[in-house]
Amino acid sequence: MANVLAVLEVRNAVLRKGAAELLAAARRIADASGGTVDALICSVGPVSGSDGLGAAGADRVLTAQHAVFANYCPDGMAATVATLTNAYRAVVVAATATGKDLAPRIAARIGAPCAMDVTVVDSRGESIRVVRPVYAGKALQTVDLAGTAVVAVRPGAYAAVPAGKAGTPAVVTVPAFTKRLDVTGIRTSDKAALDVAEARVVISGGRGLGDPKHFALLEELAAAFGGEAAVGASRAVVDAGWAEHGAQVGQTGKTVSPELYIAVGISGAIQHLAGMRTAKVIVAINRDKDAPIFKIADYGIVGDLFEVVPALTAAVRVAKAH
Amino acid sequence: MAGSAEYTGVDFYDVDGLLSEEERAVRDTVRSWVDEQLMPVIGECYIEGRFPRQLIPGMAELGLFGANLPEEYGCAGLNNVAYGLIMQELERGDSGIRSFASVQGALVMYPIFTFGSDEQKKHWLPRLAAGTDIGCFGLTEPDFGSNPGGMITTARETADGWLLNGVKMWITNGSQATVAIIWAKTGDINDVNSIRGFIVPASTPGYTGKDQKGKLSLRASDTSEIHLQDVHLPKNAILPKSGGIKSPLMCLTQARYGIAWGAVGAAMACYDEARRYAISRIMFGKPIGQTQIQQQRLADMLTEVTKAQLLVLQLGRLKDQGKATPARVSLAKRNNVSAACDIAREARRLLGANGILVEYHSMRHLANLESVYTYEGTHDMHSLILGQEITGLGAF
Amino acid sequence: MKIAVCLRRVPDTTAKIVIAGSGTVIDETGVKFVPNPYDEYAIEAALSLKEKAGGGETVVVALGGDAVQETMRTALAMGIDRGVHLHGTPSPDGLENARVLAEHLRGAGYDVMLFGKFAVDDCGQQTGAMVAELLELPCATAVTKLDIAAGRATVEREVEGGIEQAACALPAVFTCDKGLNNPRLPSLKGIMAAKKKPLEVTPVAPGAGSVTVAALALPPERAAGRIVGEGAAAVPALMQLLTTEAKVI
Repeated sequence: MANVLAVLEVRNAVLRKGAAELLAAARRIADASGGTVDALICSVGPVSGSDGLGAAGADRVLTAQHAVFANYCPDGMAATVATLTNAYRAVVVAATATGKDLAPRIAARIGAPCAMDVTVVDSRGESIRVVRPVYAGKALQTVDLAGTAVVAVRPGAYAAVPAGKAGTPAVVTVPAFTKRLDVTGIRTSDKAALDVAEARVVISGGRGLGDPKHFALLEELAAAFGGEAAVGASRAVVDAGWAEHGAQVGQTGKTVSPELYIAVGISGAIQHLAGMRTAKVIVAINRDKDAPIFKIADYGIVGDLFEVVPALTAAVRVAKAH
Repeated sequence: MAGSAEYTGVDFYDVDGLLSEEERAVRDTVRSWVDEQLMPVIGECYIEGRFPRQLIPGMAELGLFGANLPEEYGCAGLNNVAYGLIMQELERGDSGIRSFASVQGALVMYPIFTFGSDEQKKHWLPRLAAGTDIGCFGLTEPDFGSNPGGMITTARETADGWLLNGVKMWITNGSQATVAIIWAKTGDINDVNSIRGFIVPASTPGYTGKDQKGKLSLRASDTSEIHLQDVHLPKNAILPKSGGIKSPLMCLTQARYGIAWGAVGAAMACYDEARRYAISRIMFGKPIGQTQIQQQRLADMLTEVTKAQLLVLQLGRLKDQGKATPARVSLAKRNNVSAACDIAREARRLLGANGILVEYHSMRHLANLESVYTYEGTHDMHSLILGQEITGLGAF
Repeated sequence: MKIAVCLRRVPDTTAKIVIAGSGTVIDETGVKFVPNPYDEYAIEAALSLKEKAGGGETVVVALGGDAVQETMRTALAMGIDRGVHLHGTPSPDGLENARVLAEHLRGAGYDVMLFGKFAVDDCGQQTGAMVAELLELPCATAVTKLDIAAGRATVEREVEGGIEQAACALPAVFTCDKGLNNPRLPSLKGIMAAKKKPLEVTPVAPGAGSVTVAALALPPERAAGRIVGEGAAAVPALMQLLTTEAKVI
């Protein structure tokens, strides 16, 4: 029986988005063998947004409370999870910046294998079988993990599924641990409220923008989507200093799987394509009709981005207003 | 967009397998430097007719100047193949940048190293290697190009030194140089054996360098005229071991060696651009690379690139064994520059109308290579050098 | 300050991936291998930390077969002082590799141990943090800023929607992200000096671990898309498709 522990992410006493999706992935492993799914929340006190976890698939909701969890505390979280893992076949986290930081720490503490950025999870006999992009998405690796495994599931890989579980609350004790890393806080960047890796819509700009100031066009289009879009960039423009590296999509940047990816003035170098080819829908806007980006785009518009993008922004605003 | 895909070289015959690990590492580091520093600015510099001066400190830091000279003078101490690979990669970017490095290394540092006193070597070589001094080479004159022995620049011995008078032309780096190697006759105007080299700081009164305007080639390189009017030099300005026309010709052999490699780089760039374009450009519903005429173009280009690569590699191995005779160097310069010109022209044509834009590189290379074809011994002069080597009969 | 940089040899990011006959690894024929790009940030960080400290030693540590030595020499050419080649075949289980590295790093007196954020081949993104856990040392992953003063490190790392700030005592492990610095190119003198620098080879044997690679495959090709039209006039048609066909707006 494969029981699964889903370690959820909390920031400022608010549950981070993606918890329901992670529980859906957890259920996929557990349900194959009649196992259960427990959610774990490490926090200082009550956490808002945690009410619906039973409905989203948690049989139990474990809370580990400690003053140290005011900020992300990888040492405390890894130590807490390590006390629980005997009961589980798999520990799942979301493959966010935090989840990817935490997963290998847990794995090393409990002597388990760790699979990062997983897009498919399955239970397979005594193993967990996962599929994960390697070579930055240029290939997919199918891996069997024996024994207890730690799996970081890529955001967007699973959609939330109503499961109607009890979500029974339970309290777990935070063991004694050494706080080796002291996270002092998060400086919210004024610009990118939403990260390209977690946005439903990503609008990326490349050299075709001609000048860094023209990113404003993309910001406007993103704003038209009403807080669910983030602005990304190709490596060429990040290297040229037009955009911050955190916005870079591609092999040496972020790999994204949004529902909608709009590539503006991006020719489509192989490294860039590797970072966004798993988007559900790809739209390309480029003046060069032979640009490689059109080969993988679902919909393309050939033309001057300075005309097309404002027109699209206006159209999205209208659509969103309805 | 042109140039957005990363350049990975051209190696059809696994020439890489004939290179040592250090040679490959040298090639890779210069290739990366060209990608990161030169390619983003070269188009603009070319249009504006400006040498990218801001790149000199970075080039010096990498050790690109006089890289085949010994470490004791602040140089990298590379073998001649690695040196050639530097020239290849620089010219993949632009012939003008390679010319800059060729002049600094082969035409300024090399003569000081070969003909200079210990004191001159110790003073000048580290400064030139570090790029704190920029050199130029004054041999050619307005009326004496292919026949430098006819020069009329003179150096007269005075009580306390030398007095130089004359005009030099087509001098790469001439206007930005802080020091010039000037070749002048110390004896009778008809005596080619009286030609000696002099180290002339550009700050010396009577020395002026001015840019030649109106170039349609090598636009990202400074080409200048140097006027020497009663230039007084101290006694120790002479390169003591220089003697006769043979001395500057030895320098030219060094430079031509680098040019033979450089031309391969330009050819590789043009072939690579043409190949990428041929497979991505759609016309009549299919890539133009799927037509016989473009395939023949590409097949010819690749064949010539590969031959040129193998030619310079063996020449480099010979040079490391002390067997790169001037005639052998002539053959490589003659063949490779000519092949590069042809490849650049065919690449330009394959690119269609896009090929005339600075955004693509083939036409810039093509225009540059016309100078490279002409300088350091024109193609025709190398035919005569080879002709003499073959027959034993001079036909100059 | 004594600094270790753990280095991986990976295919060049421009390489086209071809699956080998076994169906579990790539075909390496004609593939150019380079230092892992994120490890170059680690190398640069090591060099600049040493330069700032005005002394110390930098060591590149790499696990792999013979070929990894060429990659290590790139680090030496960039300025790293010496190399330790842990000669063996890496395990598909990252924890096993971390154990081998930790065994070497333990007790070797390193103040700072640097890794790349991840290797662009297997994208495992775990070795650095695992090594830190095994050594019971502080660890910050994916740092974009690393300052060291008076035996303490302050770091920044990108998280969704912000920059996380953290601090720890040394010795510590850091994994380096793009943005931390601009790696220098190896100079020609550095390349020549690299072959004279010490490179010690120690045989190691990572365990089999708990990971089995069942298959490696190319991702499914995306179905060919279509050009909706030209210029701003095509926007209404695009909107129609996005709302009714693709249903993403």
